[in-house]
Formats: sequence, structure tokens, C-alpha cells
Amino acid sequence: MPSFQFSDFFVECDEARCTRCRACERQCSYGVHAWDEAARRMTRDSRLCVGCHRCAALCPAHCLSIRRPDPGFRPNALWTPEILRAIGRQAESGGVLLSGAGSPVPKPSYWDRLLLDASQVTNPPMDPLREPMELRTVLGARPDRLEAGPEGRIRSLDSPVLVSEYPILFAAMSFGAISYNIHEGMARAAAELGIYANTGEGGLHPDLYAYGDRIIVQVASGRFGVHRDYLRAGAAMEIKIGQGAKPGIGGHLPGAKIDAEVSRTRMIPEGSDALSPAPHHDIYSIEDLLQLIRTLKEATEDSKPVSVKVAAVHNIAAIVSGIVRAGADMVVIDGFRGGTGAAPAMIRDNVGIPIELALAAADNRLREEGIRHRASIVASGGIRCSADALKAIALGADAVAIGSAALIACGCTLCGHCYTGKCPWGIATNQPELKKRQKPAEVARRLVNLVRAWGHEMEEMLGGMGLNAIEGLRGNRDKLRGVGLSRLELDILGVKHAGL
Amino acid sequence: MHTERSEKAAACGTPLTSVWPSGHFDWQKDISGCGVFGVISRSRALIPGTVPVEAMRLMRDRGNGLGGGFAAYGIYPEFAHLYAFHLMCDDEDALERGARTLAEHFDIHHSEPVPTRKVARVGDAPLLRRFFVKPKEVRTRWAFASDDDYVVNAVMFINARVPGVFVASSGKNMGAFKGVGYPEDMAEFYRLDEYKAYIWTAHNRFPTNTPGWWGGAHPFCLLDTGIVHNGEISSYGINRRYLAEHGYECVLQTDTEVVAYLLDLLIRRHGLSREIAAQVFAPPLWEEIDAMPRERREHFTALRTVYGSAMLGGPFAILVSDGRGLMGLNDRMKLRPLVVGEHGDTVYMSSEESAIRRVCPDVTRVWTPRAGEPVMVDLDSPRPAAETL
Repeated sequence: MPSFQFSDFFVECDEARCTRCRACERQCSYGVHAWDEAARRMTRDSRLCVGCHRCAALCPAHCLSIRRPDPGFRPNALWTPEILRAIGRQAESGGVLLSGAGSPVPKPSYWDRLLLDASQVTNPPMDPLREPMELRTVLGARPDRLEAGPEGRIRSLDSPVLVSEYPILFAAMSFGAISYNIHEGMARAAAELGIYANTGEGGLHPDLYAYGDRIIVQVASGRFGVHRDYLRAGAAMEIKIGQGAKPGIGGHLPGAKIDAEVSRTRMIPEGSDALSPAPHHDIYSIEDLLQLIRTLKEATEDSKPVSVKVAAVHNIAAIVSGIVRAGADMVVIDGFRGGTGAAPAMIRDNVGIPIELALAAADNRLREEGIRHRASIVASGGIRCSADALKAIALGADAVAIGSAALIACGCTLCGHCYTGKCPWGIATNQPELKKRQKPAEVARRLVNLVRAWGHEMEEMLGGMGLNAIEGLRGNRDKLRGVGLSRLELDILGVKHAGL
Repeated sequence: MHTERSEKAAACGTPLTSVWPSGHFDWQKDISGCGVFGVISRSRALIPGTVPVEAMRLMRDRGNGLGGGFAAYGIYPEFAHLYAFHLMCDDEDALERGARTLAEHFDIHHSEPVPTRKVARVGDAPLLRRFFVKPKEVRTRWAFASDDDYVVNAVMFINARVPGVFVASSGKNMGAFKGVGYPEDMAEFYRLDEYKAYIWTAHNRFPTNTPGWWGGAHPFCLLDTGIVHNGEISSYGINRRYLAEHGYECVLQTDTEVVAYLLDLLIRRHGLSREIAAQVFAPPLWEEIDAMPRERREHFTALRTVYGSAMLGGPFAILVSDGRGLMGLNDRMKLRPLVVGEHGDTVYMSSEESAIRRVCPDVTRVWTPRAGEPVMVDLDSPRPAAETL
């Protein structure tokens, strides 16, 4: 059966400037660039290009440009070029359409419809260059009240908590889906920043146990790499129920990405596919979750908080309430724009709800039920910048988790082909010649810079609102106004429209 | 005010437990700058009303005529064991509703109009009446509440659910006298020259976005606690939601209200001291906490962890009187003025030193409390705990 192929991108070379260094050929893992020995020049097969921009970014002569061609189909608002291409691919393969990274389809972004406040005259803005600004965030369960002892002294809290210097965590991204060097870089950055990285579902490489007090170890349905020492190695444990990019389904790490180190860490044979089932096979209802939370706490002598991560779905408020009542100390809500190493495109683009609405609904529900203090809420799934993070906090999140943004800091351009294992940026790959493109120290540097930069911006905005501690913004929806939102959307978000 | 009224009317009939009515976020809040003054006699010597009035008159510039008020302690010795409800009612019908609601829940031992005199500069006063009451023995509502909780519930109920009626104060042996006008005009209206008290607080208001209204003037009182406040609480949005979780409904359009409810929650319901409440409102920086010895570090870490949503953001100077003493507190950066003066066993707290010197030219000691450090002066205490120089 002949294959109908169209180019997503045009790769063009300014021949006059090309020095024939062949760097592009070495950089491209998809085989776009080739050397024509007879003509002594580079040639290109644009049909193979995924648009990752690695070649252009590293071309010393800056002679490459990658453009998006007009697909040239007769315009049709319903049957878009993407739909035509998808049907064509499925007719040839008979398979599920795979995708990587967060959903690119134009679903509504409420962050862009929410605006932050600032003080003017009736209240002074505070200047972070001159005044202290506090972003430190404590995560975990807390009692609803404290009792002072005889000398008016309050004892330390009984429940274990996480203390993060920024209200920002690195989101769960598994070793295997991303390379060891990225994992090490994240762990080092988390330690330097005083925040937390999350192992994702692929276990923790033995060399990274040293960073354990800055790592949240995840327990997912595949239970990859989960054993007693792993649970004890982290600062907290996380039960992954779902992920915003693919609510309701499990995971699939292709055997091609399972090299010796991934195999050792995940405790599965080299080269075998790592399939996590859709449900945990010991969790078929909320009471089963309660038992697993209890089990993890017992395995660690109640010394670590337990987080539960769920995808934002229709009934999220009730789900989060159930999770908190089941004993979780933290709940991560992952919105429908959350990233992924591999997900069926249909699910990524059509299942789940926006994090903004899910977060607002869940925070409200917990407060209505008087149990908001029993767990911290972490919002994730498409947090792009410090303003998104602050808006999430104002809606009610204790902290945000960033995955895509962290990878973009390392060079990722969201080409969306993570599942191929051929990431030319050396991020979503375990091929030796590709993964060495990322150096742990450099990854750590970039991530530290990113979080510090966001921290500075958050301090500026916080000070502008007349606040000098993040506690004053958390759940403070008065600091938000909506623009272009319906009465119902505003009601769900619990914010007023701009102008009111 | 009209918006607030109609919302309140719409809310009537909904159960009190529902503190999350639809659109609960959509409300109006007053923004204001202000002047505050407080005076306490540690030996309970009675201070005439002219003292706080003269002090406020000097700080006239700190208000704009849209709100002034006073709280006085020790003014009803003959009814000292009864809760004194000061009601503000829009009209006769509202007054009847208010009186009926009180009668349903309390044994009313005595009631009378709050004495006033006509003042040209004070217009459109509500009907003002005070009731000296005791919670009923047999209760149809809040049967398991303590007397204080019962009174708090009744205040919340009236303020949120009884149209046209507001409870200006509800403590014992104390009362709030407040309204729209300059403080000295309110004092004349309320005949404060005829009162003597051992603690006074006073407030001059400069609201900037809504016309002042009588219920929203300071002091803001609940049970014995009365607050006057200069500043805008930037954390108001979360303070209010945190209070709603604990059954406090903020309806008075002023951020000062949250301070009163937070004090009630922390001190009366959670049993914490005033010192700890002050530490919750204006805690030390994490940087300072990290450098403390272990016990203190654990104390403050626990406080900030558990009561982060009760922390007060933004600039403020507040005076809190609770019938036992007077407390002054500034925000952590000291972005609003607060000065303390002492003469014998009388202690003054004021936005401006000039006001203290006006009413007490012989003041022996004047100092500026440090940011975030409460100054507490108790009745019958030997010396003010004022060594925060």
C-alpha cells in the first residue's frame, strides 16, 4: 500500500552561507539532512522533519530555516489538514494516533482570561528590592487548630510536611521517558533551590538517592522501581492515579527506551515494553486508595507525607474531597494541557477539563467541607510562566508543578515526538549519542535560573499587590479579575469580572 | 449600601450554615485610610469621653467625614453581667424585626433608645436602640453552643439575615458608638461627653470607594472585642474565605471585620493568647525563624504552617480592646503609623503623637512600637508590657 506523505515543515538552507560542516546531519536523529558526496553539498528530506529546530539552533552558519508550509488543501473549517492527515495515517497503520507533549489544540486558557491586581495609593505596593518577600511554602496536612502549652509555647507539628522555598515543584516525569541526565539535573536543581523534583513512575536511579530529601517518589499502577528503600529514599511519596494528558488510561514506555540503566531502575527486563495499567490493580475504589495511602505510611513509619495525583476530570471536586478524606496529605491536580511522553492523541486532545476550573472547584469544595487544611493542593498541567503560577495560587493552589516548562528550559521545542525515543535535544531519549547532549550540571543551571527568574517575577507581582508573603495570596481570589468570561465561568472560578 | 441591602434581602431565609451562597465572591469591599486612637486606665479610673474626642478632633485630616466611631468599656456597670446589643435599624419595621429576633433568642432585661442629640452635620441616622440581654435557657437554635458562641451566632444571623438591622456591638459592659460623620460630630450626636470609661478606642475614617455607611464604621465589635484599624488588608480575600470555613460570614463591607472574627476564632474558640494571635497576624520572617533556637523555631513554624490563611497582609495599625486590656499592633513592615504614650497608669495609643500630647501634655514616655510587635496593656496590671523600645 503506497503511503501518502505530506511535509509538516520545509527545511531550507541558504546555500551561500552553508559551510558544509555537516553539523545538521549529525544533529538530526530523524535523517532529514544528508550529505551528497557527488555534489559536495547538503540535501534535505523535509518530509522527515518533526520541527524540533535542533539543526537550526546548532548550525554555526545560521543558514537553516524551518518553515511551516501552507498545506494547500482547499480550505475547510471542519476537515482541517490535521484531520485529513490523521485519517490518512490511521488508514495506513490501523493504529491509535500517538502524540507527545501537552495538547496543542486551541482549547480555552483561563490563565489568559484572568488578571492580577496591584496596589495604587490607598495601599502601598511593596518593593522586593527593599523589602523582604516570602515565597516559602509548606506542603502537607495540618491540624485545623493549635494548642499552646503551659508556657504559651506551641509544639512542633506531628504531621510530616514538605518545605519548599518556592511554590514551584518539578512535575513527575519518569526516568526512561526522559534521560538520566535530565533526571539528575532536576534533582540537583531541586536541591539547590530547596524545592522538590518528582521521580515520575519509573523509579529512582540509585545514583540519585543522594538527593532523596528533595525528591518525591512516585508509585504508579505499573509499580516500576518500587521497593522499600525507594519509598524510604524520598521526602514524600506520591500515588499516581491519573495524568492530565491521558486521564483514564495507563502508560506505555516502548521497549526501545528501556536500556540497561532504565531496566535496572524500573526492575524490568531490558528492551521490554513498560506498560502501566489504567487502574492500580489494588485500587478499584476510594477505600482501596485509603489502604494504599495507609500502607505507604506504614512502610515509612509515618515519617513522610503522601500525595495523590489525579487528572482533572468532570467530577474533580468530589474526587479530590474523597482523596483528602482517604488520608492524602497532598493532592496534585493535573489539567488537560499537561504534558506527556506518549499519549493517544484523541485522549490528550479530548479528555479532561482545564486546570483553572478544576482547581477552583476543588478548593471550594474542600473549604465548604471544612477539610481544606487536611491536604495541600498542587496544580499542574500547562503552567507556562510565573503569572500562571501566581494565578493558580490565588485560585487556591498551594503550589504548582512544572514539567513542560522545565523541559523547554533545557531546549525542548514541543515537537511532540517524545514517544519515538529519538529526541534530538537529548531529553526524551535514552540513546547514548543523543542523551549525552544534555549535561546534568547544565540542566541544573538552566532549571535553577528558570525558577529563580520566576521567583523574582512572583515577588514583584506579590509586592505590587501589597503582599510580602505568599500566604496572603493563596486562595485570595479578590486579587483576580476575569476578562471576557461568562457569568457561569466567573461563578465557578469565584472571581469578579474586570471593572467590578 | 443598596447592593448590600438587596443581597442581604435575597439571602434571607437561607440557612445560616450556608456560608457559601451563590456568587459569594461578588460583593463590595470598602477601601479606606484612617486615624486611630485608644486610651486605657490600668487602675480602671474612668476617663471622660472628651479625651478620645479631643484626640480625634486633632487628627481630623485622617478622615473625610464618611465614618467615625468610638468604643467604650465600663459604661454599663449596672448591666455588667448582660450582653449589651447596640442595634442600628433602617426604620421602625427593621427595629421591630430586630427586637423580635432578639426576643426569640434572649431574655431581654432592659432596652432603651441609645441617647442622641440632634447635630446638623449628622444626617440620616438609623434608629438606634440598645438591649441588655441574656441567652435563653431553652434554645430553639444553637442548643449546644456556649453563651458566647450563641451570641456570635445571633450576631451573624442578624447581620446576614435580618433585613435592615445591624448589630454594632454585643459585648458586656461596653458599647460601640459609630456612624457616618467626623468622629467629633458622632461624639456630639451620641452624647459621649456624658460617658466615662476605663478603655476607649476611636476611629476616623477616610473611605475612598464607597459612601460610608453607619454599620461599616469602626470600631468593629463582636462580643467584648472591638477593633479600630488603619490600613487595607491585602490578604482580605483569603482571610474571609478562611473565616467562612469556620462559620463566620463577612457582610459588613469592611476588611476590619476579618480582624475581629479572626481574633474571636483564635482567642476565644482556639484558646490561643493575644500574643499568639498577634504572632499569627504579623509573624516573624522565615529568615528570622530559621535563625531561632529550636523551640521558638518550632513554635513559629507551626503557627505559620497552620494559620497562614489568618496572616494579615499589607499595611495596618490596629487597636484591639477586649474588655481586659488594649493591644496595639503594626504590620510586619510598619507601613502605618502607631505611637504609644504613657502617663501614670494611663496608656495612650495613637496614629499621631500630637493627639496624645493634646490630651495629655505631661505624657512621660512616648515611643514607637516596632513592626509586628504587639503592645499590650492590661487592666489591673502593674506596668504596661511596653519594653519593645
